[in-house]
Amino acid sequence: MLPYIKIKNLGKSYGKNEIIRDLSLDINSGEVIVFKGPSGIGKSTLLRSLTYLEPFQKGSIEVGKYVLNANLDRRKERETIRAVRTQLGFVFQFFNLFPHLTVIENLTLAPIQVLRKSKEEALEDAQKLLKKVGLEEKANFHPEQLSGGQRQRVGIARALAMKPKAILFDEPTSSLDPEMKGEIVRAMSDLASEGMTMLIVTHEPAVVEGIASRIVSFGAGLEVLSDTAR
Amino acid sequence: MKRYLIFLLMWVFCFPVLAHSEEAWDRVQKTGELRWGGDAAGGAPYVFPDADQPDNLIGFEIDLVEALAKKLGVQAKFVSVQWDQLVPALLRDDFDAVFNGLEVTQDRLAAIDFSIPYYFFSEQITVRAENNAIRTFNDLHGKKVGTLSATLAHKILEDDGNITAVGYPSPVEAYRDLEIGRLDAVFMDVPIAAFYAAGNPKLKNLSDLAGEGIYAAGVRKDSPQLKMKINEALIQLIQSGELKEIYLKWNMWNEKQDKLADPKQWDVKRAHEKNPVMKFSKLLLLGAGMTLILSFLSMAIAVIVGSAICAGKLYGNFFVRAVCNVYVEVVRGTPLLIQLYLLYYGLPNLGIQLPAFAAAVLGLGFNYAAYEAEIYRAGLLSLPKGQEEAARSLGMTGWQAHRFVLVPQAVRTILPPSTNDFIALFKDTSLVSIITVMELTRAYTTAATTTYRFLELGLATAALYFLMSFPLSLWSRRMENQKHASVH
Ligand SMILES: Nc1ncnc2c1ncn2[C@@H]1O[C@H](COP(=O)(O)OP(=O)(O)OP(=O)(O)O)[C@@H](O)[C@H]1O
Ligand SMILES: [Mg+2]
Repeated sequence: MLPYIKIKNLGKSYGKNEIIRDLSLDINSGEVIVFKGPSGIGKSTLLRSLTYLEPFQKGSIEVGKYVLNANLDRRKERETIRAVRTQLGFVFQFFNLFPHLTVIENLTLAPIQVLRKSKEEALEDAQKLLKKVGLEEKANFHPEQLSGGQRQRVGIARALAMKPKAILFDEPTSSLDPEMKGEIVRAMSDLASEGMTMLIVTHEPAVVEGIASRIVSFGAGLEVLSDTAR
Repeated sequence: MKRYLIFLLMWVFCFPVLAHSEEAWDRVQKTGELRWGGDAAGGAPYVFPDADQPDNLIGFEIDLVEALAKKLGVQAKFVSVQWDQLVPALLRDDFDAVFNGLEVTQDRLAAIDFSIPYYFFSEQITVRAENNAIRTFNDLHGKKVGTLSATLAHKILEDDGNITAVGYPSPVEAYRDLEIGRLDAVFMDVPIAAFYAAGNPKLKNLSDLAGEGIYAAGVRKDSPQLKMKINEALIQLIQSGELKEIYLKWNMWNEKQDKLADPKQWDVKRAHEKNPVMKFSKLLLLGAGMTLILSFLSMAIAVIVGSAICAGKLYGNFFVRAVCNVYVEVVRGTPLLIQLYLLYYGLPNLGIQLPAFAAAVLGLGFNYAAYEAEIYRAGLLSLPKGQEEAARSLGMTGWQAHRFVLVPQAVRTILPPSTNDFIALFKDTSLVSIITVMELTRAYTTAATTTYRFLELGLATAALYFLMSFPLSLWSRRMENQKHASVH
C-alpha cells in the first residue's frame, strides 16, 4: 500500500531560525502516530506545515493525490491547499471554537459553506457526531457554557464533520484538567478503533501512548531520534 | 415654562446692559471717542480692506462716520465683528453704535434703537449675462437664489415661499456660485451689487429693483442722548451736502436719496412696521430633518468606504496599502472644515462642480471613512489568531472566514466606538453650514441672528440635537455592556 502522507526533505525556518532541517517521513492510512519531543522543538510547526497554515522553504508534502511544494504560489495553488485542508482535520490545544456560534452551528458551518452540503444533511450529520462524542444535549449551547473537556470534544466533532481522511491533534489534552484528559483519550481511542488515521503531537506521551500504533521522537531541527512501531 | 424662559432671557440680556447703563453719550464725551461697529470682512462698499493696502480699511461708512465724528468733536474708533453678531455685540457694549448697512427691521427694532436713515436702498437681482428668462422678481419663483445670511433680502426671499434661498456669509462666494451656475440669481442690496456685479462681464444687474429698506445707525435703547447727537450730526451732513458727496464718490447716489432730507421719512419705526417676521419653528424643524438625513447618508458612505480602506490596509499589496495609509493620515491630519471648503469651493476650479448637499454628504462620509477604517482594522486585529486558523483549516476561503467567523466577532468590538463616531458625525454635520446647507445649526443662527432670541432658540436647538442623539448614546451604552457581559 502506498503511504497516505509523504513528507520529503522538508525544511522550514522562521527568518534565520531554522526549525525543521531535513525531515522525511511516510505515514500510512490507519496509523495512529504520536510525535513527541521537548517543548519548542517544532512539533506544532510540523502539523501547521502539513495543512499549509505555515509556508515552508524546502522539500514537499504529499497528501493523497495532492502535492504541496516548497515556496509555492499561494494564489495559484489555493485550490490544492484547500483540498489538503478538507482532507486533514485539525484539533487545537486551545480548541479555537467559534464563540459567536452554537455548538451545532460550529459543526455545520464548514460542511454547508465549504462542502456545499444542504442544511438538513449537515444538521443530521452534526447531530450524529454530537451523539458520538456524548454531547447531544449541548447542541444549542455556546462554547463558553461548556467545560474544557466538552469543548475539546466539540473540537473533535467539528473536525470530523468535514469527513477528513486523517486528523491532526496539536496537544489535544494539554490544556485540560487530569480528569478531563481521560474523556478526550476515550474519544480518540474510539476513532482509532474505527481505523481513522491520526497524527498526535504531545509532550505528555504517557496520556496517549495507549492508543498509539507508532511513536516518533524528535530532537533539535526536528531530527528523528527514534521511530518505533507498537 | 415659557415665563421662566423669558425671565432667564431677561436676566442674560439685560444684566450686561444694566451693568453699563451709563448713557453712552456721557462716555463718548468723557473719552472723546465714538466706538462704532461693523464687519471688516462683510464686503464692499461698506467697510472693507483697501486692495492696495490691505491693513487700511476704506468704504462709504468709514467716510460717513469720520465726517459724523468730526461734527460731534470726537474721534471715530472702528471695532470689527462678524456681521450677524453686530446687534448682540452692541447690546454687550462692545461699541456705542453700529454703522454697517444695518437694515431697519421689526425684529431689530424690538432689540435696539435706530437713528434717522442715512441711505435708502433696494434689492438688486443679478443674473448671468446670457440669461434672458429672469426679468423681474416673480421670475425668481422655483429658482435657486443666493443672498447674504440674515439680511432683509434673505427674509424677502424666504417669505416669498416659492424661492429656494441660499444664504452666504459674504458676497464674493455668492456671485462666484452664480457665475459657475450653482445659482440662478443673486439678490442683494443695491450697493453690494453695484460694487461686485456691475463690472463683471459674465453677470448683469436687472433694472427691476425689489423691496425697499433703509440703513440707519443702531444704538442701544438706553442711549437716547447718543441717538439724538447722531441724528443732529446726520441732519447737518445731509443739509450741507457732505453726505451726498460721499455717495457720489462711492457711485451710490440716486434720486431715491432725495428723501434723506425729508423729515417725514425720519421716523424709522413707522416706515418699517410692515416688515414680515419669519416662521422659525418651521425653519428649525426642517433643519433638524436635514441634519438627520445628512448624518445617515454620510454614515452609510463612511461604513462602505471605511470597510474598503480597512481591507486595503490589511490585505492589499504594497501599493494599495500605501495609498490607504496616506489617505487615512491625510484625512485625519487636516480639519474637516478645510476639506468641505475645498470640496465645495475649490473643486470647481478643476471643472468638478458638486451641489452643496452632495459635497456635504461626500465630505462628511469620506472624512469619517478614515476613522471607521481604523476602528474596523483594530477590531479585526484584536481577534485571537486561532480563529482565522480554525476557519482556514476547515477549508474556508479568506472571504468565507471573514464573512462567517471573523467579522461577526469583530462587530462586537467595533459597534461601540463606531456608534460613538456616528454621534460625533451627527454633531459635525453643523460644519456643513459653511457650504450653504441649511441644517439645524444654520437654521438656528439664521433664526437667532434675525430675532436676537439667542437663548430661547439656542435651548430649543440644543434640545433637538439632544433628542436625536440620546437614543444613539443609550444604544451604544447597551452594546458596551453586552460586550463586557460576554467576555469573561
Ligand atoms: N510565528 C512564528 N514566528 C517566529 N518563530 C516562531 C513562530 N511560531 C513558532 N516559532 C518558533 O518556532 C519554534 C518551534 O515552535 P513550535 O510551536 O512548533 O514548538 P513545539 O514543539 O510545538 O513546542 P510546544 O511543545 O511548546 O508546543 C519555537 O522556538 C518558536 O519560538
Ligand atoms: Mg506546540
